[in-house]
Amino acid sequence: MTEIAAIFRNEKGKILFAPSQLILLLRHLGKALALPFAGIVIFLMLWQGVANNITTSLGQFPGPVQVWDSSKSLVAEHQREREREAAFYQRQEDRNAEKLAKDPLADVKIRPYTGKATFFDQILTSLYTVSFGFLVASIIAIPLGIACGLSEKVYQSVNPIIQTFKPVSPLAWLPLVTILVSALYVSDDPMFEKSFLTSAFTVTLCCLWPTVINTTVGVTSIDRDLINVSRVLQLPSLVHVRSIVIPSAIPMIFTGLRLSLATGWMVLIAAEMLAQNPGLGKFIWDEFQNGSSDSLGRIMVAVLAIGLIGFSLDRLMLAIQGRISWDKQAILR
Amino acid sequence: MNAVQRLQKAQKKPSLIKIALAVCGLTLTTFGHAEVGAPEKDELKFGFIKLTDMAPIAVAYEKGYFEDEGLYVTVEAQANWKVLLDGVIDGKLDGAHMLAGQPLAATIGFGTKADIVTPFSMDLNGNGITVSNEIWEMMKEHVPMENGKPVHPIKADYLKPVVEKFRAEGKPFKMGMVFPVSTHNYELRYWLAAGGIHPGYYAPHKGDTSGLLNAEALLSVTPPPQMPATLEAGTIYGYCVGEPWNQQAVFKGIGVPVITDYEIWKNNPEKVFGMTKEFTEKYPNTTIHIVKALLRAAKWLDENNNANRPEAVKILSRPEYVGADYDVIANSMTGTFEYEKGDKREVPDFNVFFRYFATYPYYSDAVWYLTQMRRWGQISEKKPDQWYFDMAKQVYRPDIYAIAAKELIADGVMSAADFPDLDKESGFRAPQSEFIDGVTYDGTQPNAYLEKLTIGLKDETL
Repeated sequence: MTEIAAIFRNEKGKILFAPSQLILLLRHLGKALALPFAGIVIFLMLWQGVANNITTSLGQFPGPVQVWDSSKSLVAEHQREREREAAFYQRQEDRNAEKLAKDPLADVKIRPYTGKATFFDQILTSLYTVSFGFLVASIIAIPLGIACGLSEKVYQSVNPIIQTFKPVSPLAWLPLVTILVSALYVSDDPMFEKSFLTSAFTVTLCCLWPTVINTTVGVTSIDRDLINVSRVLQLPSLVHVRSIVIPSAIPMIFTGLRLSLATGWMVLIAAEMLAQNPGLGKFIWDEFQNGSSDSLGRIMVAVLAIGLIGFSLDRLMLAIQGRISWDKQAILR
Repeated sequence: MNAVQRLQKAQKKPSLIKIALAVCGLTLTTFGHAEVGAPEKDELKFGFIKLTDMAPIAVAYEKGYFEDEGLYVTVEAQANWKVLLDGVIDGKLDGAHMLAGQPLAATIGFGTKADIVTPFSMDLNGNGITVSNEIWEMMKEHVPMENGKPVHPIKADYLKPVVEKFRAEGKPFKMGMVFPVSTHNYELRYWLAAGGIHPGYYAPHKGDTSGLLNAEALLSVTPPPQMPATLEAGTIYGYCVGEPWNQQAVFKGIGVPVITDYEIWKNNPEKVFGMTKEFTEKYPNTTIHIVKALLRAAKWLDENNNANRPEAVKILSRPEYVGADYDVIANSMTGTFEYEKGDKREVPDFNVFFRYFATYPYYSDAVWYLTQMRRWGQISEKKPDQWYFDMAKQVYRPDIYAIAAKELIADGVMSAADFPDLDKESGFRAPQSEFIDGVTYDGTQPNAYLEKLTIGLKDETL
């Protein structure tokens, strides 16, 4: 026992962890982890059991084991593609060197890799697209929400528009956005791909509404006392917004932002699928079209990846909220 | 003096050929491809639809033929033929694997109007007609048998009683094809009409582009890769599509391919490589380099009696290209075709990429497609023969092909025997009579040909 206890002493002999404390901690951790762990194990078993009994025209429905294999093959594919990319650049450099050796004034350049986008490239594209669209939406929605919350008149005039557009499926916007982007975004050296802008703006359109509405609610429900304080101190309106309105409305603003990001992420996948814009949605659609025997497994990997990414995006927003919210005691979930 | 003139001159004076070749050889070793200048545009994006006949593009990329020509090509799968065509028209794509009918229809203004040209035919044959298991069971009663196996080719005559039964019950008999101006639409129509089933007329001048006027079998559009799923869902009872989507139906056990297009019209022209006319004029060297790379790829695909096909299948089965399983693609690409499950037969010419001058853009091929557009009303009124020739010459560009071919001969990569006589070729094939209904097609007499077809428009306007 003393030996075990010694482990928890530092070199000066000070006790870092009493064994009894450690047991308590482990018990606590066990409780916190045991249930989710059990849930996941039961889910995986059910999944495998059900999958074994479903035969589709593309073969057996993939269970967790096959999906694990598919994910490994996706990683392998990614690595192979990177090697091909390196070889591609090497070939270009050799060719350019040869050209320069013959004619030192020759115009040489390195062209970007022309190979396919792997699963992981598609994940990055999707993440980049959703953050761009979400950022644009937030920049519009938060000020608009604050204005609606502060002024009853603004609210009255904007509300019907919000209520009309809120229930529109963003996919209904997609054809319009596609046509508008190709009509309006004309440049010889475009900074963004058209397909990227189409997806991003579609995301923006559906990210707007939850943030606007929640911000409005947050701003209208500020504690009367705080408003009175602001009145008594005769704070100028910008200061009023900065030091009273925003801090009080932060929880609701974040509720809106989290809702927005979640819908944005869902919509993006659908938009990419429909418009064949690069990203995870396109990956899924391509696999569906391929109809090979491991298509289902690969789609399942993508589904899980989408879920996990959506989950982490939400956690990320929660962490940001925890950082900037003044009320550190508030329970966030 | 540019490369064309020089080569033409070299051809006219046979005694100079050797000298010219030697000069070319010399310049080759010192300056690379100095005859046709470096490509004006070297970063290109090509579109394709997930079908095995896109193989020349995949092979040209994977075997480095594009890079050999100084081209850096990105290859991208497209959702359907409409998206692909729009991509080429508005410049998102520099070129694409296209249905032979697409450049023609775009030029005459059926659908989106645009000047699309083709300097390169991608393949011959490669399609099939599949019906669902249910329809096959009903058809089978009428199909003649030999040694317990159906006698091929299976004509639509045996489908007719099934269609009639459906019609008597008031149920529409629906079939799928991939695009209104697709080879598949015309082949399916040809097969149905040869068996006495009316596939319906188009009447674009009345705003009717559904192609269902007077139809006994109703044809609708479904993108190729979705064909098996649509058949399985029961939305359509059969379809005409390129590979691997007929073999996919056999593997999935959801349908039975009844006939290949090789049996409907032996060695019929299929896909082409389409680009805008503007592109070929703005980047003439690039265009020639593209055709050269594709020609090398096509030759590789057919070389040594299809010896490279297994490797090609491996490339095509990768998810970024066709992506179907190796076995499914291999079935048709390696010279066999599986009809009913287990009934695998030899069809060595199911996919032809280079043999029989498959890559040469014959005017007569273009004229045949135009006659079919007229036959089914996509061209609303009768046109003089000359109109057919003019349109064919606007779209099909053997001139560009000839420059690329001569370059390859000069480079020593290919020989003159690989091509038709480039200087004497009229662009019209000799009359062809290997159609399922035995009607002879002579590309120089489009109107006379239309007269010979029983079902279909002749002089009248609907």
